[in-house]
Amino acid sequence: MSKLNLDQSLIESCRNAAKNIASETQKFIDEHTTTATERTITRLLGVDGVDEIEKPLPNVIVDNIKEGGGLERGAAYWIGNAMVQTGLTPQEVAEKVALGEIDITRLPASDEGKIKETIYKIAEETVFKIKENRNKRQHYLNTIGEGEKPYLYVIVATGNIYEDIVQAKAAARQGADVVAVIRTTGQSLLDYVPYGPTTEGFGGTYATQENFRLMREALDEVGEEVGRYIRLCNYCSGLCMPEIAAMGAIERLDMMLNDALYGILFRDINMQRTLIDQYFSRMINGFAGIIINTGEDNYLTTDDAVEAAHTVLASQFINEQFALKAGIPEEQMGLGHAFEMDPDVENGFLLELAQAQMAREIFPNAPLKYMPPTKFMTGNILKGHVQNAMFNMVSIMTNQGIQLLGMLTEAIHTPHLQDRYLSIENAKYVFNNARSLGEEIEFKKDGIIQNRAQEVLQNAEKLLTQIEKEGLFKTIEEGKFGGVKRTPTGGKGLDGVAKKDSGYFNPFVELMLGGRE
Amino acid sequence: MAEVQKVDLTKIKPYGDTLNDGMVQMGFTLPVPQGDEASEAARQLARKMGFEEPAVVYSKDLGVGYTYFVVYGKTTHTVDFTKIEVPKVDVDILSKEEVEIYIKDNIKRNVVIVGACTGTDAHTVGIDAIMNMKGYAGHFGLERYEGVDAYNLGSQVPNEELVAKAIELKADGILVSQVVTQKDVHIPNMTELVELLEAEGMRDKVILCCGGPRISHELAKELGYDAGFGTGSFAEDVATFVVTEMVNRGLV
Repeated sequence: MSKLNLDQSLIESCRNAAKNIASETQKFIDEHTTTATERTITRLLGVDGVDEIEKPLPNVIVDNIKEGGGLERGAAYWIGNAMVQTGLTPQEVAEKVALGEIDITRLPASDEGKIKETIYKIAEETVFKIKENRNKRQHYLNTIGEGEKPYLYVIVATGNIYEDIVQAKAAARQGADVVAVIRTTGQSLLDYVPYGPTTEGFGGTYATQENFRLMREALDEVGEEVGRYIRLCNYCSGLCMPEIAAMGAIERLDMMLNDALYGILFRDINMQRTLIDQYFSRMINGFAGIIINTGEDNYLTTDDAVEAAHTVLASQFINEQFALKAGIPEEQMGLGHAFEMDPDVENGFLLELAQAQMAREIFPNAPLKYMPPTKFMTGNILKGHVQNAMFNMVSIMTNQGIQLLGMLTEAIHTPHLQDRYLSIENAKYVFNNARSLGEEIEFKKDGIIQNRAQEVLQNAEKLLTQIEKEGLFKTIEEGKFGGVKRTPTGGKGLDGVAKKDSGYFNPFVELMLGGRE
Repeated sequence: MAEVQKVDLTKIKPYGDTLNDGMVQMGFTLPVPQGDEASEAARQLARKMGFEEPAVVYSKDLGVGYTYFVVYGKTTHTVDFTKIEVPKVDVDILSKEEVEIYIKDNIKRNVVIVGACTGTDAHTVGIDAIMNMKGYAGHFGLERYEGVDAYNLGSQVPNEELVAKAIELKADGILVSQVVTQKDVHIPNMTELVELLEAEGMRDKVILCCGGPRISHELAKELGYDAGFGTGSFAEDVATFVVTEMVNRGLV
């Protein structure tokens, strides 16, 4: 039942517009591929490791394909052909390419049927492995269980994976349900994924497959100890978006930041590149049972949370439709929003409540990801702690799914050990103390809260129908999201985009999505 | 009734609820398990830091055999306030309107200001607060200033790109925002920009400012910048400095 008296036909109209926007963009996506997408396929075919100058072998292979003018046909074709021709595994092929012993696009062409047969056999093994990871997660959830929603989500960000593990375990023992390892600043702009365990990072730790594995192992261990499955989260964004997804699927991550537009707006990554990459990354996340977290909260750090509230809702609708296209069920859509209004706004708490309740009602099955105040955190840690308590109150009243805990020392430093404890204590106190408040109260008809939600919905509908008319690319060009303007040919990574040719194939689309391409 | 004690500015110390009680509150974690020994360790540490009568008022195990403490203590140290000297951006801050009039009267052309978060820094909160139309906390940003052409290049801008853009736009002022300062990553990055500007022969021709939560005017001067703006600075602070400095240095 709606507490906000929202106009269901407006919601319907928003969804339709978003669906058309996503479908229109999907046509473009389906016709193209990228270097990152092909490196992902290479990884999923079992290629890992680095060459003598620390260049990851997936990059070695895909660069070799690109230099040979073969990107249009895709890595699966070329690796398959090399396997048929040489009898080697993909890893051995990659090593020989690295040594300069194979030029992958210059080998004689094999029979296409034979190539596909060879590739599908390996692809099916990887897909089976990912399915096993899903089962293992489910087994954990069935046996040791999980924390109550909203999940308490904390970050670790020491730069050193081993130090991160100490902090992550402490957080789990204090009550955290989700641990996110913040990436080192700048990783999103690297056009490769670093290799091995890492101990140096700025404001975060490199996302590498080995770091994923180490943290997974630690969280499984502490999860069994505390009797709660502890979810591991990382950042599936930037120039290597789908590669991170593949690594996460293989190492059983549970959650990934994974937004369709974030990289375009906030990292100035080319929009064609990002849209193509987000599709494959989401397909992998969907198949692996990974909950994606979208990044609408970021709009409110560059734009005003009161004035730009409708852009958050509009983007949630668009993210929902892109996610559905990539096979992500609603239960895995951690649509994002944030408690970022200026604390000096009169009745700001009511407006936040309206926004959170609205998202809850419009996306009833999504485990909404709710972000804490950051923009108006000042260094006055005691006030910050109160701001976080207000944020926690909105969350428990509106049944949010994933609570990214605010730190009282936000705007000062990456969290100290005690900061995390204080945040968890704050959230647990508020959640427990007001657990059923949301079920006990209704909002006054035509009161401040109802009116605010209705107004935001109306504005979102206007924006979405306008985007539907003009197209997503143009809307981004005009700076409608987050007040940030980007052009279709601007930004980083455009040189990695290629149009598929008629011989292109990606076995994982069929194996993970069931044939849609 | 006893007269209220006067503050001796040559020997100041913290005020809790009585002048010169020296009372300080602290929170910290020690890497030892909670218990009497841990609390005693916290007390001894406080004593070594110069606190008398340290009191551990709260302790909590953090889950990894480490303990968090809230401690109060009376500091034995004092500071001579009369001898304090802090380098500051030394101008009377003009309002937005006053800056606009100042430009009209003294510069007589548009002032070009280019800003960016440079290096690997992806946090645009600071530069946006200063430059974007909307500004921050009711203080409009430079984009809204009449007589100012403001270009916010956004995040993760390489120093080379910033310099190239400054040359292209004939910038009068360059603003650099650094929010991520873990492990002092901002220092080499900020130094590099100064070196690049010097190599281009531009350093004297622009007003070079930096800002961020860990940036002080003193640090800025040390690194070869004209000014540094910390937390609590607004667009008018930066604008005032840039326009008055332009006039002072004859860069009109």
